[in-house]
Amino acid sequence: MARIRLESVRHSYREQPASEADWALKRVDLEWQDGGAYALLGPSGCGKTTLLSIVSGLLRPTSGRVFFGERDVTDLAPDQRNIAQVFQFPVVYDTMSVYDNLAFPLRNRGVPAAEVDARVREVAALLDLEAMLPQRAAGLTADGKQKISLGRGLARADVNVIMFDEPLTVIDPHLKWRLRSKLKELHQRIGMTMVYVTHDQTEAMTFADQVVVMHEGAIVQVGTPIELFERPRHTFVGHFIGSPGMNVLPCEIEAGQARFAGVPLAAAERAAPGARTEIGVRPEFVRFAEAGVPVRVARVADAGRHQIVETHHGDTVIRVLLKEGERVPGENARLAFDPAHTRLYVDGWMAGEAA
Amino acid sequence: MLALRDVARRVDGRTHIHPTGLELRAGGFNTLLGTTLAGKTTLMQLMAGLLPPSAGQVWFGGRDVTGVPVQKRNVAMVFQQFINYPNFSVYENIASPLRVARRPDAEVRARVGKIAELLQLTPFLARRPAELSGGQQQRTALARALAKDAELVLLDEPLANLDYKLRESLREELPRLFADRECTVVYATTEPGEALLLGGHTATLHEGRVTQFGPSGAVYREPVDLVTARVYSDPPINAARVTKADGRIRLAQGVEWPAPAGLADGEYTLGLRPHHVVPATNDRAGVQVDCKVLIAEISGSESVVHFELDGLTWVSLSHGVHGFRVGDRARFALEVDRGLYFALDGARVGG
Repeated sequence: MARIRLESVRHSYREQPASEADWALKRVDLEWQDGGAYALLGPSGCGKTTLLSIVSGLLRPTSGRVFFGERDVTDLAPDQRNIAQVFQFPVVYDTMSVYDNLAFPLRNRGVPAAEVDARVREVAALLDLEAMLPQRAAGLTADGKQKISLGRGLARADVNVIMFDEPLTVIDPHLKWRLRSKLKELHQRIGMTMVYVTHDQTEAMTFADQVVVMHEGAIVQVGTPIELFERPRHTFVGHFIGSPGMNVLPCEIEAGQARFAGVPLAAAERAAPGARTEIGVRPEFVRFAEAGVPVRVARVADAGRHQIVETHHGDTVIRVLLKEGERVPGENARLAFDPAHTRLYVDGWMAGEAA
Repeated sequence: MLALRDVARRVDGRTHIHPTGLELRAGGFNTLLGTTLAGKTTLMQLMAGLLPPSAGQVWFGGRDVTGVPVQKRNVAMVFQQFINYPNFSVYENIASPLRVARRPDAEVRARVGKIAELLQLTPFLARRPAELSGGQQQRTALARALAKDAELVLLDEPLANLDYKLRESLREELPRLFADRECTVVYATTEPGEALLLGGHTATLHEGRVTQFGPSGAVYREPVDLVTARVYSDPPINAARVTKADGRIRLAQGVEWPAPAGLADGEYTLGLRPHHVVPATNDRAGVQVDCKVLIAEISGSESVVHFELDGLTWVSLSHGVHGFRVGDRARFALEVDRGLYFALDGARVGG
């Protein structure tokens, strides 16, 4: 096990990167503590897979260094880094039994039979696979197969880190809950460093202690799930985290006071006028009120446990989250924003926190 | 309108689809909700004419189309395993059904442009499918289905491979897009949340059987049986054995409450959705229980806590952030007035 550190890592898939847009990874400095549970979160094309491949050794970065503990591993091949990976699609030998699947990486390394047996049974117990050991892997459900992929990584004693690349994509929702809880529980029990790559905020937030949010080849915020929800440093994070995401509304600044649609808004931050100033407020912190921003209710979506109300002020869409069964006003609706959860952004960044 | 009349499908003596009656109206979203292998894809293939039913009839627009092959029906389909014309550009892929229908160039340009914009494909119109990411290829297939003026549109988990945020916006846009068209849309998904947000009607499927069909919110809130409640719940609905006697419902030692009207004495299964099990605070009503926390997850706006009660694992889902730690003891309120009661054969009973 080891601490993982990336120092000034940049990567371009082009021979001669010319402009900023040619860099798949712009510049990444990152540290993962030994035993932590991390998520790498972002949309397609944000650079998260590139970053993962650099850590696992499948890609050599254009510049910068990668360290496992004190050791510089930048030039080491993947098989010399002792990393276990779990991919989107389970990698399982269908013709083998569950037992032989788990034993495979150990036997490959010439581990004595008695030790193989002990490890396999230990891992099977961790993953609730004991009863299935003699079964052929072919007959298992998708989540069972994904557990085997994971189990093969756990079986090896020398693993530095387990990396998951969108591991729940092919798993049904009701099984996702089970497997996700299992991963979380596993991390709490064995304390191995785990890195979970996903575009799905719920998976990232529920699994990780620290979430690394990526956007256009750069890290925009590293934080706990609560920090990302309550204090998104960038409007991208506000929009990307949360379902629906944060409302981002253009605003004017007059004497440090933000105004939207002529209505003064109390924000947690104050700012001098910038090139582009915006208010960020999550749908959870907007409510219908007597006074405030006048809006027209355009649509109400029933999400079961809550309702998502889409309102319009001119061309600006403002979403409001209401409880199940709560009344939606008809005519003359007005919105109030919770001041403690209303943030001010200047050129995309939270006021007072530059890039 | 699309009607299935006692349509069944058997292969080598095994039943894939039990006799099914279903009437889907034009102009609304009809969602088939069920787990993988519940029969969603088979049912769609029967609707399209890709598979012949072993029994029953398929009616479309007042006509029996049971033996009519898919080419002779005006059907558009998008499957999870998307298909595009590899030699065509993205533009020509989207335009292909309009070309077949010999629409004028100006109209083709306008429609392709609008649909490409909606699906965020505008920058890629000149590329070939092989030069696209999986998500972009899927969007191209979806765009082609939207461009075609089909009477029946079948969408089989079309968003499954897409990014979360794109899925979120398409979930909003898709029903809007079909709102003013006179076509019947059938949409298959494994996700209860998606079925609800799409609005319209939901048919819940379980092991080749449609268990309920109705307005999505009604099926969600008033499931006819426990199977339907389970299919339409994410996270999974809490289900526990309870006993009714002496006018009270008893869940465990010391955990009981007044019985709702209309329940005979006996054993039932109580179904309580995770968001009706919340951390207990003083001002909360409900039946309170003291439990050990097994798993605590925070998803930003919501907290999910798994705890053990009377040998069963329960799931609580609540707004806001709660600082529970694994192994803590904590009090939860069961909002039993929101509970659903099922007879032991699974049928829902009482109000």
